[in-house]
Amino acid sequence: MSLDSKIPEGPMDQKWTKHKMDSKLINPANKRKYTVIVVGSGLAGGAAAASLAEMGYQVKCFCYQDSPRRAHSIAAQGGINAAKNYQNDGDSVHRLFYDTVKGGDFRAREANVHRLAEVSNAIIDQCTAQGVPFAREYGGLLDNRSFGGAQVSRTFYARGQTGQQLLIGCYQALEKEISKGGVTMYPRTEMMDVVKVNGHAKGIVVRDMITGKVESHAADAVILATGGYGNVFFLSTNAMGCNVTAALRAHKRGAYFANPCYTQIHPTCIPVSGDYQSKLTLMSESLRNDGRIWVPKGKDDAEAIRTGKKSPEDIAEDDRDYYLERKYPSYGNLAPRDVSSRAAKEVCDDGRGVAPTGLGVYLDFKDAIARLGEDVIRARYGNLFQMYEKITGDNPYGTPMQIFPAVHYTMGGLWVDYNLQTTVPGLHCLGEANFSDHGANRLGASALMQGLADGYYVIPSTIAVYLAGEKPGTITTDMDEFKEVEKEVDERMNALVNVKGNRTVDSFHKELGLIMWDNCGMARTEESLKHALKRIPEIRDDFWKNVRVPGKANGINAELEKAARVADFLEFAEVMCYDALERAESCGGHFRLEYQFTEDSPEVKSGSTQPGEALRRDDKFAYVAAWEFKGVGAEPTLHKEELTFDSVHLAIRSYA
Amino acid sequence: MNLTLKVWRQYDIQDDGRLETYDAKDIPIEASFLEMLDIVNERIINDGGEPIHFDHDCREGICGQCSLTVNGIPHSKEQGITVCQLHMRKFKDGETIWIEPFRAKAFPLLRDLMVDRSAFDRIIAAGGFIDVRTGSAQDANNLPVAKTRAEASMDAAACIGCGACVAACKNASAMLFVSAKAAHLNLLPQGAPEKDKRVLGMVRQMDAEGFGNCTNLYECEAVCPKEISVENIARLNRDYAVALAKEAAV
Amino acid sequence: MSLSTCAPCLFWQSSIGKKIVVALTGAFLVVFLAGHLVGNLLIFQSSESFNHYADFLHTMLHGWGIWLFRATMLVALALHIIATVQLTAANRIARPTRYQKDATMVASRSSRLMIWSGLTILVFFVFHILHYTVRVDGDLKQLADFHQNWAMTVAGFQSIPVVLFYILAMGLLCSHLSHGVGSIFQTLGLRTKKSANVINLFSKAYAVVLFFGFISIPVSICFFGLGEKEMNETIQKVEAAAKAGLTSLPDAGDKH
Repeated sequence: MSLDSKIPEGPMDQKWTKHKMDSKLINPANKRKYTVIVVGSGLAGGAAAASLAEMGYQVKCFCYQDSPRRAHSIAAQGGINAAKNYQNDGDSVHRLFYDTVKGGDFRAREANVHRLAEVSNAIIDQCTAQGVPFAREYGGLLDNRSFGGAQVSRTFYARGQTGQQLLIGCYQALEKEISKGGVTMYPRTEMMDVVKVNGHAKGIVVRDMITGKVESHAADAVILATGGYGNVFFLSTNAMGCNVTAALRAHKRGAYFANPCYTQIHPTCIPVSGDYQSKLTLMSESLRNDGRIWVPKGKDDAEAIRTGKKSPEDIAEDDRDYYLERKYPSYGNLAPRDVSSRAAKEVCDDGRGVAPTGLGVYLDFKDAIARLGEDVIRARYGNLFQMYEKITGDNPYGTPMQIFPAVHYTMGGLWVDYNLQTTVPGLHCLGEANFSDHGANRLGASALMQGLADGYYVIPSTIAVYLAGEKPGTITTDMDEFKEVEKEVDERMNALVNVKGNRTVDSFHKELGLIMWDNCGMARTEESLKHALKRIPEIRDDFWKNVRVPGKANGINAELEKAARVADFLEFAEVMCYDALERAESCGGHFRLEYQFTEDSPEVKSGSTQPGEALRRDDKFAYVAAWEFKGVGAEPTLHKEELTFDSVHLAIRSYA
Repeated sequence: MNLTLKVWRQYDIQDDGRLETYDAKDIPIEASFLEMLDIVNERIINDGGEPIHFDHDCREGICGQCSLTVNGIPHSKEQGITVCQLHMRKFKDGETIWIEPFRAKAFPLLRDLMVDRSAFDRIIAAGGFIDVRTGSAQDANNLPVAKTRAEASMDAAACIGCGACVAACKNASAMLFVSAKAAHLNLLPQGAPEKDKRVLGMVRQMDAEGFGNCTNLYECEAVCPKEISVENIARLNRDYAVALAKEAAV
Repeated sequence: MSLSTCAPCLFWQSSIGKKIVVALTGAFLVVFLAGHLVGNLLIFQSSESFNHYADFLHTMLHGWGIWLFRATMLVALALHIIATVQLTAANRIARPTRYQKDATMVASRSSRLMIWSGLTILVFFVFHILHYTVRVDGDLKQLADFHQNWAMTVAGFQSIPVVLFYILAMGLLCSHLSHGVGSIFQTLGLRTKKSANVINLFSKAYAVVLFFGFISIPVSICFFGLGEKEMNETIQKVEAAAKAGLTSLPDAGDKH
C-alpha cells in the first residue's frame, strides 16, 4: 500500500481553509445517526469527544482512569503556545510554524504543522471562554512567557499546572455533553483491540476493569487518542498506566506505526535513586534560566562525591566543569532539551556523574542566590525547590540539585494522513498517539497545543471526510467480526493468568526498560540496537513462560492489567528498535553515535556547528518511516512518506 | 527500614473487609510511600498471594487518583501533598502504619484500597462547566479579568478532585470539592451567566449522591493536597442562598 | 405548588439550606444568651433592680411580650434542634464504615461534639425552665408569686448538686458556642480567609465570657453566700404575708 498523505493542493497558508471548503459535510440532522468511538480522555480525546458531541454525533468515550479528568495531559506544567502576538514581539502563524518545523529537526510534515499554527489562536480563545484561569497581567489581559528557548513570548500558562487547567476545561466540556446525552462515558475501561469490518475500523473490544468483562462497542468511526509509549522504558515521567496497547493493537490490525524511534528525553528530572523506583519526576525546565549545570572536572572528585567522601562544596571553582556553558557559549545552560540531555549523558559516561548511581549532574543555584538573593530565587522557583526537597530530602538553597535526563514524550506514533486517519479506513489517531506534528523533536509548550488542535479543531472537521462515505448505524456488536476479537482478547487474558510462572510483571517490565534505555535511549548505535533486537524476543518468550499474574481474569486485577500492557510493550519495543536501526542519521530525539559532526566536518570548520552535534542526512532520510506489522517477532515492512520542505529551508540546527 | 503495615483488605463490596498485618522489611528510606507498597506487593506475589490493590497513576501529585488514608489521615499528616508524594523518610524505623481506603458512602469501595469516586463526575455534569461550544469563543483578550479575580479563581481551580476532603471530613461532606469547582467558574466573568444554575445544580447533585453535611470542622482544608481554602465553602453557602431566592422569585 | 418544588421546602431539604436555618436560629439564640446574661447580672446590683427587671419582662406589651418572646424562642430552638438532629443523622449515614484508626488534624473537640453538647444543653434547658420558669419547687413558686424573683433565684442556687449541674451545662454551652458562633459566619457566607482568625477569636471569647458570666451567679450564691441574709429575710416576709392571706408584700405595694 502506498502512503497517501492527502495534503491539499495550494499555497501553504491556504491549504487548511481550502481543505475545509472542499470537504464533504454531514447534514446536521444526520449527524446524530453516526456513532463515534473516542479512546482516551486527555486533551486530544476529551476535546474531540466533547466537540463531536456538540456537533451532534453520538460519542462513546473510554478511559482506563477512574475519571476522564485524570488523563496524563494533566501533568504538563509549562504552558501552551499560540501565535497570538499579544506581546507585539513579532510572532505570527508563520513564525510559530517555522519554529516548530525547525525545532522538529525537519522531520515533520509541513502542511500539518502549518495547520497547527493556524488553529493555535482559536485554542486560547476556546479555553479562556471555558474558564481556564490563564495567568493575567494587572490590566486583566493574558500574560505570556518565553519558553523552551523560543525567541518570542508566545506561551500561555496557568501557574505550574497548565496541563491540569486545560484538561479540566476539556473535561468540563465533556461532562456537559455527558449530561446532555451526547457522550456516553466509560471510565475504568481499557481498550483491548480494534475491530475491523470489511477492512474498516468499526468498533473496539474493551475490558471492564471492575468486572473484568470483555465487551464490544460498535461505531461508524474510531478515534484513538491514547497518548505516548514512553513507558516502554519502564522509568519515564509518564503516569504508571500510560501504555502502547491501543496503538499497538491498531498497528497489528493494519495501521502503520510512524517514526517510533523519536523519543524525547527531558534534561531536568530527579535522578534515579534505586531499583525500587517506579517513576521519574520532572523538574520544570525553567530552572535552567538561573541554575548552572556542572560536574567535577576530575573523575577522582566525582568518585569521592559518589561515595560520600566529598560534598559539592568541596570542589573548587576551577575544578568544576560547567560543560554546557563551555560547549555552547551563547545558549549555555539553556541549550535545547536533546542537546543538554546528551551532554549530561556524555559526562556521566565519562565517569564524572555525581549521584550515588553515577547518573546525575549538578544544577547549582549558588551563583544566582549570590547575585539575586535567596528571596528572588524563592519567588521564582519556591514551589519547585519545595517539591525537590520533598522527594530527595535535600535543600536546594544550600546544596546543588542533582538532575538527570528522563524519557518524557514520544514524537512517533500511528501514521496519519492530513485528515488524521491511519492506514486503516475509519481509524483516526490524535495527540501524542499520532506522529504528525513534532517531527523528530517536540518544542516546549507544543504538546498541549497539538492535542487540543487535533481534538477541538481538526478531527471535528476531517472526520466528516470519512463518515460522509459511510452509511450510519450498519454495524452491530453481534457480528462475527466482534465475536472473534472478543474471543481473542478473552483468550489472551486467560493465557496471562494461566502462565502461573515465578516472576512478577514488573520484573519483566524493568528488564525490558533497562534494555531499551541502554540500547535505544539517549544514544544509539547499530550494535546496541542489534543487541536490543536480539534481547527483546528473549525477554518476551521468557515473559510468556514465566510471568506470574495472581488472581483471576474476572474482577479487579491490577497485575493482569499491567501484564497485558507489558506484553504489548514487549512486542512494540522491536519496531522501535528496527526504526532506530534503519534511521542511519541523528536528528532531534534520535541520536546515533555513528552520525555526529567531527573536528574534520566542513560545517565544524566553517563554524556553523560543533563536533558532537547531530548529523542529519537529509539526502537519505528526509522521510517518515511508517512500519507495517508482519507478525510478532517478524521484521516489519518499511513504507516511506517523503517529506518536502517548500516553506522552511532545510538547515543545520545550531545552538552554538 | 522495617515497618509493620495494617492494611485494609476487602475483595469487593460484598466482602466484609478486615485489617491485615504485613511486615515491610528492608524498605529503602528514599522510596516513596507507593514504592514501599510496590515492594510489599512484589513480595506478596512472590509468596503466592494477591497484591494489595490501590489507585494511583501519575505519581507526581497532580492526577488525583491516589487515595489512601495513612494513620487515619487522607494522604497522611504531611501537608500539601498527595500520598504518592509522601516519602518513607517521614516515618520512623519500626513504626506501625495503618493504611485504609477513603471511606464514605458516596465513594463505594471497589477492592482493598480502591474506591469509586464517580459521584464527583456527576456533580460536574450537573453544572460544573461553562456552556461554550467549540468554535464560538470570542478573542481571549476581549474580556479582561482583574488579576486578583483570576488568581482567586486559579486558587480554587487547583483542586485535583482526589476526594481527600470527603475522606477527612467527619461527616463525609463534599463541600470543599463542590465549592472549589463552583468558585473556579463563578469567580470569572465567563462563568457569570450560568452562576445560579451551576450552584443549584451542583449542590442538588451533591445532596443526591449521599455526601454528609458541612459542619465547619475544616479538616478538609487541612488535608487538601492543593491547600484549597474553606473560604470557598462560605462563598458557596452565600451563592446558594441567593440562587435559591432568585429561583423562587422569578 | 407541590411540596417538592416550593422554595422553602427546597431550602429546608437541601444540605446548605438546612445549615442556614441552623445558623440563623443559632444566631438568634446566641444574641438571646447575651441579653439573658446582662439581665441576670443585675442580681449583683441589688434585689430591687433585679426584681424590677423581672417584673418588666412579665409586664411588657401588657404581658404579651414575654409570650411572644417565648413562642419565638421555642420555634427557633425547635428548628435548631430538628435541623441539627436531621443533619447529624444524615452525616452518620454518609460514613457507614468508620476508620479503624481515626485521627484528626485541626477540628477541635468542641466542633466534633456539637450534637452531644447541644443535646445536653437541651436537657439543661428543660431543667432550667422547670426550675425557674414553671417552678416545680413550691418554695420557689411562692417567692415568685410574691414577685420576689431575686430571692427566688438565690434560693434556687442553694443546692450544690443543682449548681454543679449548672456549671457543667454552662461548660458545654461554652464548648458549643466556641464552635457555633464562628460557624454562623461561615454558614452565612460571611467568613473569609482574612477574617477567619478574628472570627475564631471572637467565637472563643464570646463563649468564655458567657461561661464566666453565667456561672458567676450560682458560684457566688452557693459557694460565697451571696445574698443569703437578705434571702432569708425575704422568705420570712413572704411566709408571713402568705399566712396573713396577702398576695403581695406590703412594702412592695408601691408598684402593685
